[in-house]
Amino acid sequence: MTQEFKLLPQAASEVASSVDHITLYLTVVSVFFTALISLLVIVFATRYRRRHADQRAEQIEGSLPLEIFWTVIPLAIALFSFAWGARVFFRMNSTPEGSLPISVTGKQWMWKVQHPEGRREINDLHVPVGVPVELTMISEDVIHSFYVPALRTKRDVLPGRYSKLAFVANKVGVYDIFCAEYCGTKHSKMIGKLHVLEDSQYQAWLSGAGSGPAPREDGAQLFAALRCDTCHSGQDNSRGPSLAGLFGADVPLADGQVVKADLDYLRESILKPAVKIVAGYQPLMPTYAGQVNEEQIGQLIAYMRTLGAPDPASTETTR
Amino acid sequence: MSSSSPPLAGVPPRAVPAGPPGPTGKPAIKDNYLNADYGWKSWLFTVDHKRIAILYLLSVTFFFFVGGAFAVLMRLELATPEGDLVQAETYNKLFTMHGVMMVFFFLLPSVPAVLGNFLVPLMIGAKDLAFPRLNLLSWYIYTIGGLFSLFAVVSGGVDTGWTFYAPYSSTYSNTHVIATALGVFISGFSSILTGLNFLVTIHKMRAPGMTWFRLPLFIWAHYATSIIMLLGTPVIAITIVLLALERLFQIGFFDAKLGGDPVLFQHLFWFYSHPAVYIMILPAMGVISEIIAAFSKKRIFGYSFVAFSSLAIAILGFLVWGHHMFVSGQSVYAGLIFSFLSMVVAVPSAVKTFNWTATLFKGSIQLDTPMLYALGFLGLFTIGGLTGLYLATLAVDVHVHDTYFVVAHFHYVMVGGVVMAYLGGLHYWWPKMFGRMYPEFLARIAAVVVFVGFNLTFFPQFLVGYQGMPRRYHEYVEEFQVLNVLSSAGASILGLGYLLPMIYLTWSLYYGRKVGPNPWGAKGLEWEQAGSPPTTFNFERTPLVTEEAYAYPDARPQITARAGHGGRHE
Ligand code: HEC
Ligand SMILES: [Cu+2]
Ligand SMILES: [Cu+2]
Repeated sequence: MTQEFKLLPQAASEVASSVDHITLYLTVVSVFFTALISLLVIVFATRYRRRHADQRAEQIEGSLPLEIFWTVIPLAIALFSFAWGARVFFRMNSTPEGSLPISVTGKQWMWKVQHPEGRREINDLHVPVGVPVELTMISEDVIHSFYVPALRTKRDVLPGRYSKLAFVANKVGVYDIFCAEYCGTKHSKMIGKLHVLEDSQYQAWLSGAGSGPAPREDGAQLFAALRCDTCHSGQDNSRGPSLAGLFGADVPLADGQVVKADLDYLRESILKPAVKIVAGYQPLMPTYAGQVNEEQIGQLIAYMRTLGAPDPASTETTR
Repeated sequence: MSSSSPPLAGVPPRAVPAGPPGPTGKPAIKDNYLNADYGWKSWLFTVDHKRIAILYLLSVTFFFFVGGAFAVLMRLELATPEGDLVQAETYNKLFTMHGVMMVFFFLLPSVPAVLGNFLVPLMIGAKDLAFPRLNLLSWYIYTIGGLFSLFAVVSGGVDTGWTFYAPYSSTYSNTHVIATALGVFISGFSSILTGLNFLVTIHKMRAPGMTWFRLPLFIWAHYATSIIMLLGTPVIAITIVLLALERLFQIGFFDAKLGGDPVLFQHLFWFYSHPAVYIMILPAMGVISEIIAAFSKKRIFGYSFVAFSSLAIAILGFLVWGHHMFVSGQSVYAGLIFSFLSMVVAVPSAVKTFNWTATLFKGSIQLDTPMLYALGFLGLFTIGGLTGLYLATLAVDVHVHDTYFVVAHFHYVMVGGVVMAYLGGLHYWWPKMFGRMYPEFLARIAAVVVFVGFNLTFFPQFLVGYQGMPRRYHEYVEEFQVLNVLSSAGASILGLGYLLPMIYLTWSLYYGRKVGPNPWGAKGLEWEQAGSPPTTFNFERTPLVTEEAYAYPDARPQITARAGHGGRHE
């Protein structure tokens, strides 16, 4: 099957078009300077070609104005590109309020996707058109990179740390997902498809076959099965702190530091509880490293995030 | 100068015709560094910088063709989207070994260790480098390192990519990571010693009258390079040690499971490897300055700007490593700073390019083979440099990072830049090194074949990269095939272009026309004061320098006398 040859890949987001615009600017600049240098070289090489053995050159020491000129002009051109690129880059890295949160786990050599309302998929990602999406990604083994050329965006997927990729797809269609960071033998097979659907189609897809419990529901079960609740009952006398309203709050630690309870903090609390001890508590919590995989950690976190604000009647005071 | 006399001292250096070169055509000398002594011992235990340069020439040529062979297999595999020629495991080893061989054992030593070794003493009017024995040691270290890595290939290969990213390299790959990395580690010391040797030599051993601003730009470039070699290389050595500790003893530096941080590896790796790009390109720029001056019969336009831009690159080059990590989880503000600095470091290269082009203006230009390579360099390096702007631009890099766009970009700089300059330099100084000329017509054909083959190979990779084809892919989606076929076709032309010089240069060693000391009528101590080939101690007597570099005669009669003008830069 031969496809029509296109110079630019499809663009399925506004950011993608912005990237193309910068590329266009840089290409105009590049073509201009390449043509200029080539032309000068060709003209000079012909015009001043040595025609007889003792033909001399006209020695020219240099020219300060010229040096300044061709220092400042390239610098200005480059800095303009810097500023423009930085603007779009910050737009890529900002997540609008109310984005659709989707978890992605990379492992040799597949992408596992978990939607907030329970649907899961592998090497496919379905999203509604026009809706901001935020992928929260982590790797179970080596570094991968989630790359969608049609969105002109990618982000490395690291082991041991969450990374995020935000986008708003604005064109219905099916697009390639590639792993862009070399990750071992089947790196080139770690590919998938991004399906951008109309809202109605998306809703139909959501309720289609293959949907299971939402991550937070799985998380609630795990929370009980792993007996987290024995220490984190939320009662005053429980051995561990209440987890209600924890996510996003500032946590005072035993060593006097205050840290923000973000995703990485919650993950670390489960895997390496001894690293950061909450002020007023004993380092009693056992590690769960080896007992839960990244997806389950994600589910536990999803569950913990549903725990509401602390009961006003509670005497717990630390936060 | 504390350097001991080489054991070859028994051979009395014979008279070398000094003074203005005459197109005598007949070889003026019988005694030279090549025939000063015979037998393998006289080579393997030599401390003559010129002989050591020849040893390096043999080694880097060997590694170049080994690395090239891997590339040929890769391009064959990539002619079709399916992974049909070799298995994925094999393919991954191919691109890894191609990168390791080319970067660490060809590109890094090529210009400085071969041409630099040969020419630094000759150009500044010294009889050898400051530490001749250390110089020989460098070659041994380098060769042992190279063979170590080569051993890793023969015994099964390595599949991490030349970048050795952790934790894949430290925990997950079950190939010969340690042996390969150890080879790189070992050869790093050769780089450090060479850098040290050059720095001391350039500082302490310049001939009387050879002031800083009379130095050929080749020397300035090597001076800047040596600084990077000395300051940067220890960092990669340390990084490799940490990697080995993690791999052997599970001490967590980079693997998150062991409590390490994978991004740390990238910081350390690129802190060396970005400046290392300048270890490769700066000496190449030095070569280009020499060739353009010699074949335009003209002083380089804006000499001091070209000289200082080398130093600017050496310093700024240490501050931009984060541009390899815009999408790896480095903070966006760090990305902002690295993007900015990367834009700034592009400027000195642009300045050089404009100055070289301006040098051609009103020159007396002769398009011999070295000049063809130099002009080819100008075009390709311009494209390589400009596409660097795309990569330094944050938003664009997010898209093209780790795609073939990057592959194309650095091949334009490394192959279009460094290899073109290296070949140009090799042709230019070939008669100096061996006293014989290569067949000019064939050489011009080869230069054109290389240029065409190169562009056909790598230009399509910009396009396929922008379309989204990731690098290091054994298989790819069908849309990318057309451009990949073009690239593979180009590679076969390029391969031919590289084989040609290999053949005719070897031929010329025996059958090439013999030449006098200065076949190009070029300025510079190596041409004007030393024979072709030079004697063991280079000069009959220490040269006295009375003029600036590239003091070619002027077309305008009123300012013909340039000699004696030398002091005005001080
Ligand atoms: C043996 C009792 C015990 C068990 C079982 C236990 N924890 Fe804990 N946990 C603690 C204690 C005590 C602390 C506070 C000290 C510290 O930071 O380590 C804590 C802290 C935490 C924190 C940080 C709270 C804060 O306020 O910053 C989180 C999150 C957490 N645990 C989650 C879990 C989860 C999830 C499980 C089940 C997988 C679990 N814990 C099981 C005792 C326990
Ligand atoms: Cu991958
Ligand atoms: Cu770099």
